[in-house]
Amino acid sequence: MIAAIKAPFIDWSALAPYTSLTVGAVVVLIAGLVGSARLRSWLVPGLALVTLTGTAVELLSRWNHPKVIISEALRVDNLTVTLGLLCVAAAAFAVVLSLRSDTEDSVGRGEYHSLLLFSTIGMLILIAANDLVTIFAGLELLSIPLYVLCATELRREHSLEAGLKYLIVGSVGSATLLYGLALIYGATGSTSLPKIGVAIADTGALTDPLLLAGMALAIAGLSFKASAAPFHQWTPDVYEGAPTPVTTFMATATKAAALGVLLRILVGPLLPAVDDWAPVIAAVATLSIIVGNFGALGQDSLKRMLAWSSVAQVGYLLAGLVVATSLGIGALVFYLVVYAVMTLAAFAVVVENERASDDGERLSGFAGLGRRRPWLAGAMTVSMLSLAGLPPTGGFIGKLAIINADASGGWMWLAIVLVLGSLVSLGYYLRVIATMWMTEGSVEKTPVVKQAREIVAVALLAAAVTIAAGVLPSWPLERAQDVGHTVISSR
Amino acid sequence: MELTLLLFLPLATGLLGAVLGNRLVKPAAVLGGLGTLGVAVGLALNYDTALGGSQFTVDKLWVKPLGIHWALTIDGLNLALVVLTAFVYASVVVACAVREQENPRLFYFHLGLGASAVLGAFLAQDLILFVLFFDLMLVPFYFLVGQWGTGERVAATTKMVIYTLAGSLLMLAAAVATGALAASHHGRHIDFLISNLQRLPLGKGTQQWIFLCFAAAFLVKMPAVPLHGWLKDAYKSMPLPVLALFSGVLSKVAAYGFLKLALPLFPDAAASFQDLLLAIGVISILYGSALAFTTNDARLVVGYSSIAQLGFILIGIFSLTSDGAQGALLQMVNHGVVTVALVMIVGVLASRAKGSEDLGSMGGIAMGAPVLAVVFLIAAFANLAMPASANFIGEFLILKGVFDSVTVVAVIACLGVAMAAVYMLRAYIRAMHGPDTNGVEQRDLSFREALPILPAIALILALAVSPQPLLKRSEGPATAAVIPAAKAANIDPIQTATTAQAKR
Repeated sequence: MIAAIKAPFIDWSALAPYTSLTVGAVVVLIAGLVGSARLRSWLVPGLALVTLTGTAVELLSRWNHPKVIISEALRVDNLTVTLGLLCVAAAAFAVVLSLRSDTEDSVGRGEYHSLLLFSTIGMLILIAANDLVTIFAGLELLSIPLYVLCATELRREHSLEAGLKYLIVGSVGSATLLYGLALIYGATGSTSLPKIGVAIADTGALTDPLLLAGMALAIAGLSFKASAAPFHQWTPDVYEGAPTPVTTFMATATKAAALGVLLRILVGPLLPAVDDWAPVIAAVATLSIIVGNFGALGQDSLKRMLAWSSVAQVGYLLAGLVVATSLGIGALVFYLVVYAVMTLAAFAVVVENERASDDGERLSGFAGLGRRRPWLAGAMTVSMLSLAGLPPTGGFIGKLAIINADASGGWMWLAIVLVLGSLVSLGYYLRVIATMWMTEGSVEKTPVVKQAREIVAVALLAAAVTIAAGVLPSWPLERAQDVGHTVISSR
Repeated sequence: MELTLLLFLPLATGLLGAVLGNRLVKPAAVLGGLGTLGVAVGLALNYDTALGGSQFTVDKLWVKPLGIHWALTIDGLNLALVVLTAFVYASVVVACAVREQENPRLFYFHLGLGASAVLGAFLAQDLILFVLFFDLMLVPFYFLVGQWGTGERVAATTKMVIYTLAGSLLMLAAAVATGALAASHHGRHIDFLISNLQRLPLGKGTQQWIFLCFAAAFLVKMPAVPLHGWLKDAYKSMPLPVLALFSGVLSKVAAYGFLKLALPLFPDAAASFQDLLLAIGVISILYGSALAFTTNDARLVVGYSSIAQLGFILIGIFSLTSDGAQGALLQMVNHGVVTVALVMIVGVLASRAKGSEDLGSMGGIAMGAPVLAVVFLIAAFANLAMPASANFIGEFLILKGVFDSVTVVAVIACLGVAMAAVYMLRAYIRAMHGPDTNGVEQRDLSFREALPILPAIALILALAVSPQPLLKRSEGPATAAVIPAAKAANIDPIQTATTAQAKR
């Protein structure tokens, strides 16, 4: 009786970002087979960018049109739109940053870009997940292409090592998460997030050890992806080993996706249990701030330093999550966007500097950059000041918003931890600035390759946005609070 | 609107110069400096003294979700300090323009940014806005020391930034807490306007930790004695004109912060920590003076004397009396002007002594350079608070205030007055008199050198002749600033009805 099986209703317009991205990923893969290498080198990234732009437009059209689609598997709301746009933009910038790199030639341009797009689909699914199964499916779709992408610099041993390391640690993280999700399912009898929420609210089963264990494991699993301490050990090695454009993508988009889904679970069905999970998140935040900031001190590799700093930044973000109010979520979303932008600026500079000199990724490669290439150094300076949380940058306003949320929500001590962490972070952020502007380069370095204008443009654009977010923060902050409201009210 | 213009003028002209290129950067900066001074003086002249209170107010909601206002105003408390900042900035820009800088476009941009941030901190009427500018001040000076400094400049500037930001970041958290807690206490929407926060007092325990965070930020910046570790290296490395701006106005922001924020917003805490801050002030006076007469470095004499002078300002404020606060305000202006003159003079002296700033390599130049000798003498006398100088009136008011409130502190602080005479005269004698055994170049002030110094000297003399306009404007707001804390400490803020007139 095939006719009796009713296919679920699918709202194709709400699903459009997903379909277009999938189609684009396949087309890009096929375009990679074009014979002419010259044509390929422009056609493939071009198609990828077209796909991402289309997806972004479709996502934007869903703003303020929340919808639950595919038998409640995905929830396309303002949070999905905001973080989805962030991931799509990160992917687009990753494409731009790898435009003229020789990496993809060794692995195939089509494959490289296609994997990037598939990973982005995974992120979009993860952010919109409304069901435990979707969470896991999204996470795997996000991760598996990334394992491969990390190892795409075939000629560098570090790159392969990074891919393997990420694969192993990532699998452990996925397994932990899966186990946690299974326990949550066991405790509540449902995989649907809203139904889990109802079950928890009904039974008030916050003392249920099964549920608590499931919660703890789920938080731990997602902390792996977000590289929050103590689940961060893979971060420096993988960030350093992976090709820098891929690192950029991981540092911005993966973090956004992992924090987005954490937000969905904790502030969604588990909100009644806030008193149980908030201290855990606060502890993870504190640990991340401490470990990340002290780990970053004394790093000579910029990529490693930024990896450690990203651990600390996740700590700041989690400090916003602890306050499960629209104020806290608004602060978290705002800071997440600012974090992605300033990180993008920093990595873009690293990519460009890496191509110009052999030690371009080391701190020593930045000596005298202010004299050689003041615009590039300027972008890096803005990024460092913003990461450190100094005015007039978005990082300052973002930290202000998080401190404000913490102070209003009774987490003042966490705000103090954040502030002290920022103080430590000056030790390494200022070191980069000092190296660029206040020390002479050992030899007057002439760029080995032609300067890549598009990368400088990306760096300057990101730096300009960082400043703009610090000078005119009202509009983005209000949008971020809108997101907070929708998350709180949709549960 | 005028105030927004005033605030951004230095930054805008600095930016304009950076865009226009190496040839036009100096004219743009000089015009910016003089323009800023012009606007500031214009505002001061248009300030209606009879009316008093806040004037030229701008108040717009800047960051709506966080309740941060773009609120600027001029009142009796900051009027003189704003003019001082504009004056010092103009002098410094002129002093920089008569010499060559490496990478001038960035240099003047940073200088302008620094001046704008200082003006912003003085003008801000929103707590977060104040903190923002207070933090922002540091960024350009980080670059100015690190890029254009001398000696161990990178280490010095890093030390300076980390010291100052340790305080500032704690202050940021404390400031946000002030607004958030006041809002939740009184069930209102969050808002950081200082005038509103003043009406929403916090509990005493909360006030205490918040006050300590603010005090930490201000004491590092001043700097006061246990927190002055960054001063020596930073002063040694700073280019002289930058030092004039830094020492002349940045430390005043901190002292002003006590008067504008710490006392009115946290009166109970200010009262309970009065003794602690008086002790810090006294120690700063004595220790700063002692350092000043043991060092042989002319530049550090100025630096250490600043510690002592700011100690006086601190005890004046924490006497919690009207006289003390007024004296402190007057002394902030005096010290700013005198410091500019002294720093520039050190530069001239060093240029005569083959670039050495060591007192031991100077001397015997007074006869060959009579104008320089006179100029230095005036500045030195003002700094040691010679009777008839405005500094004398300032210190007198401070000591009177402290005497009325905590007598023993006043008695000890009086030693500082004597010590100031010792270190200033010692420096003067060693730099100017005695036999010329070091081959010091006997050349008087040139026109270029005199250009930034003489206005400061003229201002010192003008203030000495007529400090009255300044005192008249500051009397009301200075008293208002100390009243809540004085009440909490059971001190009568207005002792026996005396006016500044009678005291003279």
